[in-house]
Amino acid sequence: MLKSKDLLGLRNTSAEEISLILDTAGKFKRALAKGEKNFNMLKGKTLVTLFYENSTRTRCSFELAGKYLGATEINIAASSSSVQKGETLIDTGKTLQALKTDFIAIRHPMGGAPHLLAKTVGCSVLNGGDGMNEHPTQALLDMLSIKEEFGALKGLKVAILGDIKHSRVAKSNLFGLSKMGAEVWVYAPKTLIPAGFEDLGAHVASSREQCVEGAQAVMGLRIQLERQSGGLFPSLSEYARFYGVNDAVMKYADKNAIVVHPGPVNRGVELTPALIDGGTSRIEDQVTSGLAVRMAALKLLSEYREANL
Amino acid sequence: MKTLIRGGEVVLKEKTEKLDVLIDNGKIEKLAKDIKPQVDYKIIEAEGKTVIPGIIDIHVHLREPGYEGKEDIESGSKAAVAGGVTQLCCMPNTNPVCDNAVTVKYIKIREKEVNLCKIHPIGAITKGEKGEALADIGKMAQAGAVAVSDDGRSVMNSLIMRLGMEYASGFNLKCLCHCEDINLVDGGVVNEGKNSTLTGLKGSPRAAEDIMIARDVSLAESLNVPVHICHVSTYSGVDIIRSAKRRGVKVTAETCPHYFILNDDIITDFDTFTKVNPPVREEKDRLAIIEGLKDGTLDCIVTDHAPHSRKDKEVEYNLAAFGMSGIETSFALSYTYLVKSGTVDICGLMKLMSYNPAHTLGLDGGEICEGGVADLAVVDLNAKYVIDGEKFISKGKNTPFNGFEVYGKVCATLVDGELKYEAKA
Repeated sequence: MLKSKDLLGLRNTSAEEISLILDTAGKFKRALAKGEKNFNMLKGKTLVTLFYENSTRTRCSFELAGKYLGATEINIAASSSSVQKGETLIDTGKTLQALKTDFIAIRHPMGGAPHLLAKTVGCSVLNGGDGMNEHPTQALLDMLSIKEEFGALKGLKVAILGDIKHSRVAKSNLFGLSKMGAEVWVYAPKTLIPAGFEDLGAHVASSREQCVEGAQAVMGLRIQLERQSGGLFPSLSEYARFYGVNDAVMKYADKNAIVVHPGPVNRGVELTPALIDGGTSRIEDQVTSGLAVRMAALKLLSEYREANL
Repeated sequence: MKTLIRGGEVVLKEKTEKLDVLIDNGKIEKLAKDIKPQVDYKIIEAEGKTVIPGIIDIHVHLREPGYEGKEDIESGSKAAVAGGVTQLCCMPNTNPVCDNAVTVKYIKIREKEVNLCKIHPIGAITKGEKGEALADIGKMAQAGAVAVSDDGRSVMNSLIMRLGMEYASGFNLKCLCHCEDINLVDGGVVNEGKNSTLTGLKGSPRAAEDIMIARDVSLAESLNVPVHICHVSTYSGVDIIRSAKRRGVKVTAETCPHYFILNDDIITDFDTFTKVNPPVREEKDRLAIIEGLKDGTLDCIVTDHAPHSRKDKEVEYNLAAFGMSGIETSFALSYTYLVKSGTVDICGLMKLMSYNPAHTLGLDGGEICEGGVADLAVVDLNAKYVIDGEKFISKGKNTPFNGFEVYGKVCATLVDGELKYEAKA
């Protein structure tokens, strides 16, 4: 059983809860592989996806997870600008609650927005990414794909390369993987490493090779073009040359190492096309893992609601 | 009619003594043991209580004119006297900005109408606090402004800042400097460090504050004019000021209870009441600020009282307004965390909260002495209570200290000898 009505992040989620979600997701993933898509566990329940930022894969994944579980599902695409001038988040939350919503999956450009919503409403809030804070379901799906490859997470080394500073994915992975006994190493230009990251348990490498050396999973993170115009690094080509992951870098990794990426990928920047499309890539498998993880989270939160609310 | 405060422990400049305080015509006529009351005296019993010089808070936002939803001069004054504050200085970031003599005069008229604590307006350094052209500093001084500041932001152009400091010194006014390099802040809302990374809230580095403290101290030194540094929050900022004072630079500085009581662990639940500018920093900063208060590097304790309405705070952290409502709790918090903890004695505390602020800006008052102005508060140092922002008199309920247990209840506040606040029994 989970310990909270919401899934806001992995910072405050225990190892036992993470294991429970991953195990449940694993079962869903095997059922999905057999072509099963009709689960009635959430029949009569309502899921709203409330996205204040553009998203294709995360939103579709939440929507289909709800639908496959038998929930009624609607989607609200609120533009980022409406955060500034439209209805307040609290008022939107109260409205959704009055519409008898059970689950809200929210993506928001500002850290802590799902927490504010969760405090305001009785609905279960699932964080689909908030600013630079967390993206728990993404980290859980990364963990699921890695775990399925190696049987367990304990003792593994995971290397994350890319824009660490602005990445909620890196943060949630750090919290989650550390709790499960894996080591997280990161590498990026100094301008893309956040303050105090080592104090949170990460290892900040001094070279690409050191970061990747002996790693079982190598994760690229998307570099956003606007970061470059903001002066955080000089050009994409310079980034690719000094910080990108290619076959030569992968030689330092564990011989069975896999390549993961939360997508969408800038081909030839974070990862070379050969790696993206090669045999070690699990990027497509991650998408299925994501569906299974979100189904698991919805199912487990629903069980919490049945038992506690 | 004379007023007699009987039986209290009176906080003098260097010691405390059980004395009666006889007040006549707004002044302290006599300090002595067992003054015989006459029939027409108004008696205030202070047995078992402490009589302190009225708190002088030189960094307050009263919000009027323009933002009366957050606070107004009347609600702010009521809150002030409830906090034992007898004099305050209000910052010019109102709407319109207090960058002209008319607004200064308006505040002085409202002070008289409200008739609670003394209110000293601070004028803007530059027109509209835009940092571009000097405001009418002379005319504001003539109308009653006691200092100038572009509080809420730094004057980013160093030449304009230089000119402001030089020009204001001609009217015997200090510049009160909010120190923050806005380019380096780059949208940061909390201290940059482990906790900004933990929460994903954008951090603002210490350097953003330190660079401007160093700049303004350098200007003061090279121009040989005085400068006052507002709300110091960094350990390194304390060091810059300490070494400048050793060289004889005419620099004074202030800090606030939230910088010597809290560290940035408070932000990790995204509570918007913790959002303040400059941000609450780390434990080593907190300890250095206490050291600065102890060794005289930091001269004044102020509140930076920044009341906000609910709608300003019940939003996403990034969108929430900066600031904390603090004028009602500054004495109890400072007493609890500086005197009870043994950092300073009560005389030392009143020096930081009353005497030094008066001297920093050349205000009358700041100590209890015969012939001195009768701005006083009677406090019960043994009375313990739990802070609850919802009970504040101020319109701003936004305190990060909800649930804190403190000592030092304000029982009565007198301004010019008149009773302006009396706590309910």
